[in-house]
Amino acid sequence: MTLTVDIERKLGAFRLKTVFEAGEGVTALFGRSGAGKSSVVNAIAGLLRPERGRIAIGGEPVFDSERGIDVPTPRRRVGYVFQEARLFPHLNVRQNLRYARLFSRTLETPGHFERVVELLGLAQLLQRRPGNLSGGEKQRVAIGRALLSEPKLLLLDEPLASLDGHRRNEILQYIELLRDEVRVPILYVSHSVEEVVRIADTVVLLSAGEAVAAGTAEEIMGRPDLRPTAALFEGGSVIDARVVDQDLEYDLAKLAFDGGILMVTNVDALIGERVRVRIRARDVSIALDRPQRISIQNVLRGTVAEVAAERGGVVDVSIAVGATVLRARVTKRSADQLGLVPGLPAYALVKAVSLERRITGAT
Amino acid sequence: MLPTPDEFEILALSLKVAFWSVLVSLPLAVAVAYLLARSSFPGKTLFDAAVHLPLVLPPVVVGYFLLLAFGRRGPIGALLDDWFGIVVMFKWTGAALAAGVMGFPLMVRAVRLSFEAIDRKLEAAASTLGAGRLAVFATVTLPLALPGIFTGMLLSFARGLGEFGATITFVSNIPGETRTLPLAIYTYTQVPGGDEAALRLSLLAVALSLAALFISEVMVRRATRRMMGDDADSRH
Repeated sequence: MTLTVDIERKLGAFRLKTVFEAGEGVTALFGRSGAGKSSVVNAIAGLLRPERGRIAIGGEPVFDSERGIDVPTPRRRVGYVFQEARLFPHLNVRQNLRYARLFSRTLETPGHFERVVELLGLAQLLQRRPGNLSGGEKQRVAIGRALLSEPKLLLLDEPLASLDGHRRNEILQYIELLRDEVRVPILYVSHSVEEVVRIADTVVLLSAGEAVAAGTAEEIMGRPDLRPTAALFEGGSVIDARVVDQDLEYDLAKLAFDGGILMVTNVDALIGERVRVRIRARDVSIALDRPQRISIQNVLRGTVAEVAAERGGVVDVSIAVGATVLRARVTKRSADQLGLVPGLPAYALVKAVSLERRITGAT
Repeated sequence: MLPTPDEFEILALSLKVAFWSVLVSLPLAVAVAYLLARSSFPGKTLFDAAVHLPLVLPPVVVGYFLLLAFGRRGPIGALLDDWFGIVVMFKWTGAALAAGVMGFPLMVRAVRLSFEAIDRKLEAAASTLGAGRLAVFATVTLPLALPGIFTGMLLSFARGLGEFGATITFVSNIPGETRTLPLAIYTYTQVPGGDEAALRLSLLAVALSLAALFISEVMVRRATRRMMGDDADSRH
């Protein structure tokens, strides 16, 4: 395992008591504000000392209360990208990027600096000072600075939190590049479903200081039983798909998934690329007959798999479409009128425009 | 009105005394300021008060204490004399010591404030990048505190130029050795017909203080601009 965490510590009103493991690729530490995400990351970096437990990075213990191990932060070799970029204001971008070299005892990998600069598009910024960089530029420099410390693990603590929508997307694209091009495991802290769906391979759900569930993004985001805990993922389903065609005239993309074809407004992806789509349950309607003369582009034939218990006049219905399960949120009244029961053939209706660019992402 | 050789000697001595007082007390003041800004220990309040004592005590009292401690038979003075053959009493070095002690609280205050203003998250970021405590201090904390350090140096320098009471008590008023600008002005006012000389020296003191203020202002501005992160190329 790349990262093993099993720690305990009192934290304000609750106890941080977190156990999880993370492997290669991107692991999202996901939970609402105040769930203890940043504390976990700080403990991994050695900025916060757990009362007891163990932390191992790349198989090497960096903290073990029983064996008396507590490796100081500078020697943990984690690259930490903070919410606010925390660039050194008295150094220019190049000096910020090269800062970790001052303390490294290993020889610099030839070309590493140039590669990171190119990957993150920093060439134009090298002589500038952090004071007059935009928020997005700052965050890119911060990511580069962390990468250039040649870390064994990259910690990204809500790196998009202080950015506006447009910048967010830009940085997300860079992080995706990182994931695919640089083989460094990433722990990505976020409370945003969109971000997690888009970039995470594995999701660890944190609630009141405890890791309550872990699994692939599809599993965790789709599990209705976790919804009250997370309260953030408003119910929905996550679908892995591939771009098979693009309709340039109508600016639509055709996605193939295990269960059929999905038309969405065009995504920033090429034909053949894999994308992940999140469909919110409230954007899915149900029909028992194939509707005629209707604006909805996606009419998917399937079978009712489950009708969840009513909550506030609303029920969540799972419809199996091929091997994929789509969730639809309808009123109890419609469910009763249609007589929805498991096994009943039904059509799931999804408006193409409900799948915005921001909830689809290349993987 | 160019300074006469005599006036020039007084001026040079004053600058030498103030310069060395600042230089020698600077490392200690930075260390004390860091301690006060960043750590808590039993007796911190008392320590803080002791550091500020020269600011509130009558300078003559400070001079008298220095005399007791650094005199030939004082505990520190005897030690310095026996071990290193250093005598500060009635020497310009003693005048520098008096100036340094009197300016010390001013320097500590300014440096401490700038330490306290530094975002400690930057220091945490530096440590994740591999910097140990000493390296964090040298590469992040100290550079970011530079404006405050310059301010402290100026305040202490100005205090040293003007120092009178502690100096005259500790090292007396010896022409060419301990007679700095304020002491010389005082001396002239005590002799008949010395008014013009006193006025000339006073004007010199004004010019000197203005120059020091100007230089420090330039330094603080440059340092602050670096902190604010302006680029060299964006200065229009």
